[in-house]
Amino acid sequence: MNRVEISPEALLMLKKMQGIHGALMFHQSGGCCDGSSPMCYPLNDFKVGQADVFLGFVGDEECRAPFYMSGSQFEYWKHTHLTVDIVPGRGSGFSVEAPEGVRFMIRSRLFEDNEWAILEKEPVLTGQNH
Amino acid sequence: MIYSVPGTPGAVVNAKPQYENFIGGKWVKPVKGQYFDNVSPTNGKNFTKIPRSTSEDIELALDAAHAAKDAWGKTSVAARAVILNKIADRMEQNLELLAVAETYDNGKGVRETLAADMPLAIDHFRYFAGAIRAQEGSAGELDEDTVAYHFHEPLGVVGQIIPWNFPILMAVWKLAPALAAGNCIVLKPAEQTPWSILVWMELMADLLPPGVLNIVNGFGVEAGKPLASSKRVAKIAFTGETTTGRLIMQYASENIIPVTLELGGKSPNVFMADIADKDDDFFDKCIEGFVMFALNQGEVCTCPSRALIHESIYDKFMERALARTKAIVQGNPFDTNTMIGAQASNDQLEKIMSYMDIGVKEGAKILTGGKRKIVPGLEDGYYVEPTIFTGKNSMRVFQEEIFGPVVSVTTFKDIDEAIAISNDTLYGLGAGVWTRSVHDSYRLGRAIKAGRVWTNCYHAYPAHAAFGGYKASGIGRENHKMMLDHYQQTKNLLVSYAPKKLGFF
Repeated sequence: MNRVEISPEALLMLKKMQGIHGALMFHQSGGCCDGSSPMCYPLNDFKVGQADVFLGFVGDEECRAPFYMSGSQFEYWKHTHLTVDIVPGRGSGFSVEAPEGVRFMIRSRLFEDNEWAILEKEPVLTGQNH
Repeated sequence: MIYSVPGTPGAVVNAKPQYENFIGGKWVKPVKGQYFDNVSPTNGKNFTKIPRSTSEDIELALDAAHAAKDAWGKTSVAARAVILNKIADRMEQNLELLAVAETYDNGKGVRETLAADMPLAIDHFRYFAGAIRAQEGSAGELDEDTVAYHFHEPLGVVGQIIPWNFPILMAVWKLAPALAAGNCIVLKPAEQTPWSILVWMELMADLLPPGVLNIVNGFGVEAGKPLASSKRVAKIAFTGETTTGRLIMQYASENIIPVTLELGGKSPNVFMADIADKDDDFFDKCIEGFVMFALNQGEVCTCPSRALIHESIYDKFMERALARTKAIVQGNPFDTNTMIGAQASNDQLEKIMSYMDIGVKEGAKILTGGKRKIVPGLEDGYYVEPTIFTGKNSMRVFQEEIFGPVVSVTTFKDIDEAIAISNDTLYGLGAGVWTRSVHDSYRLGRAIKAGRVWTNCYHAYPAHAAFGGYKASGIGRENHKMMLDHYQQTKNLLVSYAPKKLGFF
């Protein structure tokens, strides 16, 4: 049972980016312009805060990135399952994939009742203590 | 009237095949010689090449800015104000050209760029030209022989990172106060919309001393990051989203420099029951106030994207609001009859469509719109139908900034519930309040936690009205003379005129 996963096309780009920047992480953004999109940064470039929620890792054994979101935003998002996808475009934040002419984006669905029954019992992990 | 598309016969502005960075008063090629294609969202076509700059180019720009800062900081406020006024005059003389360039670069209707973006930007320079002349320090008499003098001094060299939704206007919001206050600037435009500000810079190049304003283009990770994390900037100003805002604050904390951040919102637009007491001009104005969600294709940080309507007037109000929304003329952005144009980029279009998807999955109902729009002749442009959702404030379409022509509508039963729903959000940038009651308007206006509460109006952005966010919407205020403080140091001279010693030692 995972809260977040990554599409095969997005994982290919994540691997390419890992080859350039080393280990990576995602932080889901909110707000203006390029907001409501996942930001992909070199691991430890962005300081994960104690109030950030760790939703899980995306990727495979070869390339695995933790995915975080601010705790306050998570309260509004927690009932939805997220998939990191990729589309042609040009983000305006500091996300590493933008120079490739592509942008990571989130696709969402609601958790099914049986999924939610499991997740509800699981502790929400915050900060980097995972 | 339909303006010719840049690059076609009769166009008032055309793009060069390639642009360069503007550093030290000259057009300079990027050190690594790389460029990227700039696409017009109006038709999905590449139309010019823009420098794909790196930290080396940022360093060159910082060199130029530091070389210019002492002289510019000492230039009299009268002389600086004259330059700002000359910039405004030249923009006015080239208003059509700049408006069409902005439309081609960003996708928004030329109706808006002619009537809003450019006139507001012009006025902004004039406002700060006046504000800096009128600004005074202070002299405080602490006791008979001791005086505290306060002087304003420029910060020196500042970095500014500009969003793509109002490429020229958002640049000017930051440029005008920074220049007025005597700072030199390294500015990075958004990579979606780098062209129009370069067209602007070409027109203004001779007005500013070399090095005072430097423009370096490129991607956030390659050019924005070295600027935001540089030890050589005294301040960083950013408009964008929350995660990048946090990252910029983290970089700033490493260098102990101030930041101003404008990070978006999810603005409530509250319609009280008494607006429908009469079917008059004011009620009609309220309907227009609702449809403001579609202004600038919804790509405004203060988009009134949550409409809160009193339950007793819901049916009557929504019937009119729906009809007015359906009457929005969408299409060729170069036609002055067009009310909304194209979204600024393909990823923006895709993100908006992903919210249509999750909105429906969460049980929100679409009253109109909900689809991509194909505009004949501009099939590859990024157009979205104006969309109205109804649902609950807990849904993600009510909580996240979609940055498209999408409004989520819900009802409330009394003023307390209206305030509670309005404040049930991470953001606090703008809000709208519509009522015939002065009592309700004041109570709502003070109770809603947002930096600006438009009362019986919306989407007005005049200079001299402070604009900025509460909560996760950011830090600082733009558009007002108080913005000068964000670009100045305070120098205190604490002077004793007493001839006698204290007697301590």
